Amino acid sequence: MLLNEANPATGFFGLVPWIVFAPVIGLLINAFFGKRLGETGVGLVASLAAGAAFLVSVLQAVSLAQHPEGAIVKLGEWIHIGQLALDWAFRVDTLSVTMMLVVSGVGTLIHIYAIGYMREDVRFKNDPARFPRFFVFLNLFIAAMMILVSGDNYLMLFVGWEGVGLASFLLIGFWYDMDTLGRPSWANSNAAKKAFITNRVGDFGFLIAGFLMFWYLGSFQFDAVFAGAPGLAKLHPEIILLMTVFMLIGVAGKSAQIPLYVWLPDAMAGPTPVSALIHAATMVTAGVYLIARSAPIFGLLHDSQYIVATVGAVTALFAATIAVGQYDIKKVLAYSTISQLGFMVAAVGMGAYVAGMFHLVTHAFFKALLFLGAGSVILGLERGHHHAAHHHGHGSHAENHHEETFDPGDMRNMGGLRKTMPVTFWVYMVGTLALGGIFPFAGFWSKDEILLDASLHFPHVYWILSAAAFLTAFYMGRQVWMVFFGKARHEAAEHAEESPLVITIPLIILAALSALGGFINLPFKGFHQFGHWLEHTLGAIEFPPFSLAVAGVSTLLALGAIALSWLLYQRKPLEHGQADPLAKPLGLLFVGMENKWFIDEAYQFLFVQPYHALAGFLAQKVDWDFWHEWFHDSVLVQGFVGLARFLANPVDLGLIDRVSYWLSDAIRASAEGLRKLQTGFVRSYALSVVLGVAAILGYLLLK
Amino acid sequence: MVPVSYYLILSAILFSLGALGVLMRRNALVIFMSIELMLNAANLAFVAFTRVHETFSGQIFVFFVMAVAAAEVAVGLALIVTIYRSRQSVDIDQLSSLKG
Repeated sequence: MLLNEANPATGFFGLVPWIVFAPVIGLLINAFFGKRLGETGVGLVASLAAGAAFLVSVLQAVSLAQHPEGAIVKLGEWIHIGQLALDWAFRVDTLSVTMMLVVSGVGTLIHIYAIGYMREDVRFKNDPARFPRFFVFLNLFIAAMMILVSGDNYLMLFVGWEGVGLASFLLIGFWYDMDTLGRPSWANSNAAKKAFITNRVGDFGFLIAGFLMFWYLGSFQFDAVFAGAPGLAKLHPEIILLMTVFMLIGVAGKSAQIPLYVWLPDAMAGPTPVSALIHAATMVTAGVYLIARSAPIFGLLHDSQYIVATVGAVTALFAATIAVGQYDIKKVLAYSTISQLGFMVAAVGMGAYVAGMFHLVTHAFFKALLFLGAGSVILGLERGHHHAAHHHGHGSHAENHHEETFDPGDMRNMGGLRKTMPVTFWVYMVGTLALGGIFPFAGFWSKDEILLDASLHFPHVYWILSAAAFLTAFYMGRQVWMVFFGKARHEAAEHAEESPLVITIPLIILAALSALGGFINLPFKGFHQFGHWLEHTLGAIEFPPFSLAVAGVSTLLALGAIALSWLLYQRKPLEHGQADPLAKPLGLLFVGMENKWFIDEAYQFLFVQPYHALAGFLAQKVDWDFWHEWFHDSVLVQGFVGLARFLANPVDLGLIDRVSYWLSDAIRASAEGLRKLQTGFVRSYALSVVLGVAAILGYLLLK
Repeated sequence: MVPVSYYLILSAILFSLGALGVLMRRNALVIFMSIELMLNAANLAFVAFTRVHETFSGQIFVFFVMAVAAAEVAVGLALIVTIYRSRQSVDIDQLSSLKG
């Protein structure tokens, strides 16, 4: 696990900075020449930049196959102050390259998809000039994410961490002046702010963990920190616990865990490629990566592992319950993402780093697929809506009103899309089966590995996660029945059209990856290729033998859940305007699920309102009344006026003016006197000369 | 030989006459002549002392004084002529336009 300071010339390791440079070049080109390049040009440049990053990542993997010890490629010195020596260095090892491949690989596919998606989206939103900006932000995200996963120290990781946060903020608020339906409103920009501010709370945790690390271990560099951590754990285990808990707060922010997950569902305000890339496949897994990267710290204390695993598991179940009660196609997937991130965090928390990373990779495939599929569905519905509106021409007043509030993301407006959008339907099915954990799709293998590890070490986590897995299959079944089966519940769904190739081809590639991705780490003796790959970074890994019981139970749960969802949603397909069939049997429980357990309202009440009250108090009472009205107006202004009056009256008028007036009066008076001497009689002047000479001579003679 | 005091007394009388002329006469030309008288009184004192001290410095001073007097005459007479032309008079009591 220790890396040699390998010669960067070995293999392709020296190329690693290009994973950051390539997207930066792409974003610069698009930022400066985007308007001139045209939409295809912009998309091509951005996709090529992401593709170049993917190519470099592949080359890193090729080199790693020969030199599995990896390399640290130093680009330059960064911070050298006293004892602290931080370099801008890229760490190439199996863990970071795994992340690079996922980020750039899935990222490239999503870039290509986004060319097609945004071309239509900017037209539905009526602002095609914004097209290049989207790809600038997207490349910015890739660059920042690459810094995050390839940094050799926690500070560099933090730079990437903040960078992806910025990109996320910019992209959630991409349509900042409207809501998700395109109506003028600040809803999207509020969602962006919510994401950014919630992440600040998490970043504060990350920063505290970093400060503790620096204070007690004296470094941010991974190897130095990991070398010092065991000694610190013996002396002050509580410091290690604090460090891990604060780091977990950072993870909870970025990876949307309880209690900071609330921003992720709102982040769906961003265009769908953003939801797929940033808020499902890559950025939100940064927290999982952080824990896996910090494995030598988290592995030191059972308590830290217990806390992290429990938070992850509870999040997985909690978010899954909310997903069951959502109607928005992207909101379901958003809560599903939170839930699946819970699986990953639980896995890396338990010390099952391979299982966690494995699920991260497969999840990136099938969740990106599902989001992009959802995006295709939404576009299809918008096309259908457009089509229907065109054909009807003048509708009745009621219909016009209906059209204005048409929500292409609402699953209650869908139904029967299986026939109108066949490609999207099939790839969506693959994604659903992968997420639901059906053999032999990718999600089955990775989820099973997590459940297996949990059953061996943390039984309570196993039970919670199993329940979450059941719900996962259920809400995905519910979604598929509602969206693709039954009858169209809206004329837009009736007239929905399939998406173009630029959208469906990335979907098909992702579907293939979702179907086959599980085979990179088959849980049988002699396989475990992904585990052995990560072993070079994470140290020797114990592979528990494949358990038919665990796999069987989870498969039965998933199948049962799908059957149950069929029973509820497909045996008697939903009619237009019909209430959810779950609403009646679950009663209040469903109200809670539908309303996200009122967590947003609770946060509003607990944090936002007191904060607003505090801000209002500070603004009105402290700033305005105290500082402005009293201190500024009364103390400063009155004091100044008083001082000025004093200076003007007694000092200026009384003293200075009087002195100068007296001086001028005196000069005038003496001049008046002297004037008389100038008589104009030359002879009197001569007389005074004579007298003067006589006086001087007299003085000289008589002295 | 005539004692030097006689010359000095004559010089003082001439100087006093010149000074009185300057102070009392109103005609600019006469005043001018009185000034010449005072200069020549001083010249007389210079040459008298030259004889007493048997040096030439006094005589040299006389030449200087005569040169200055000549220059003064040239400028002064020109001024007087100009004043006469403009005012038809050389009465200095009437020349009081600079009175304070």
